[in-house]
Amino acid sequence: MNLNPMEQFAVRPIVPLHIAGYDVSFTNQSLLMVIVVLAAALFLTLAVKPGRLVPTRGQSMAEASYEFVGNMIHSAAGEDGLQFFPFVFTLFMFVLFCNFFGLIPGSFTVTSQICVTFGLAAFIIAMVIVTGFLKHGLGFLKLFVPHAPFALLLLLVPIEIISFFTRPISLSVRLFANMLAGHTMLQVFAGFVIALGGAGGILSVLSVAPMALIVAILLLELLVAFLQAYVFAILTCIYLNEALHLHDQH
Amino acid sequence: MELAAAKMIGAGLACIALVGAGVGIGNVFGSYLSGALRNPGAAATQTTNLLLGFALCEATGLFGLVIALLILFAF
Repeated sequence: MNLNPMEQFAVRPIVPLHIAGYDVSFTNQSLLMVIVVLAAALFLTLAVKPGRLVPTRGQSMAEASYEFVGNMIHSAAGEDGLQFFPFVFTLFMFVLFCNFFGLIPGSFTVTSQICVTFGLAAFIIAMVIVTGFLKHGLGFLKLFVPHAPFALLLLLVPIEIISFFTRPISLSVRLFANMLAGHTMLQVFAGFVIALGGAGGILSVLSVAPMALIVAILLLELLVAFLQAYVFAILTCIYLNEALHLHDQH
Repeated sequence: MELAAAKMIGAGLACIALVGAGVGIGNVFGSYLSGALRNPGAAATQTTNLLLGFALCEATGLFGLVIALLILFAF
């Protein structure tokens, strides 16, 4: 049996829709995004609804995620970074829930699409630039000029500019490639199980080994799903910190 | 036929980038452990940097993987 490990990433239209020559169909990707947003919103509102002094398990999970992101912003971007709390929290929860929902067998990983992650990353960088110019005016351009002798600056300034503008690419490709690689690996090992299981005799018994490996890899993928959401959010905070404070520490 | 073979070889070669990622991730965690065992008091404050270093390292290797996938599926 020949299973294509890339087939799981195919975007299929559920409700075909064309407006002015553009394909704006409601796809399996859109469906998963709607589910993710609804799940995150319902979880965060319903879990804290009782407002108990001694929280239930659900309430303490919601509160812990809130405090976790709050501490993360505070440590990475300082006190005035907290004005971006709603944005970073939404971003973190969205990416986290997308990653986790993608791990459910048979579902679709929204963050394994470069268009989604690049959309998020481009928006983040645009916001960093706007924030920087609003806060410092043209002084924001000092971000590209490190403290160095003039001769070195000729070399350093282009490097700083290039590194600034490759950030949306590295930010989006990191998340996208991690999800893509992890899910492809799971699918390849699943192919081993099917091939061995269908071989008959002693080989069918041996298919337990790759199956056990899939379980272990799935656990690793759970860690990666959380870690990538965390890294995505903390890099956002670090970029915001640079826009807010330029080179000096907060 | 030769083009298909060359594609396969190219994609395989692009995966060599993962060598660097492996060395880098090992270095990140190894350095963290040796630092943390010398000064356990400071270890907890550096977990953010640890995870950040890990993610940045891993990403460089995955760029190689993306190149491999591009060679295989995009061209």
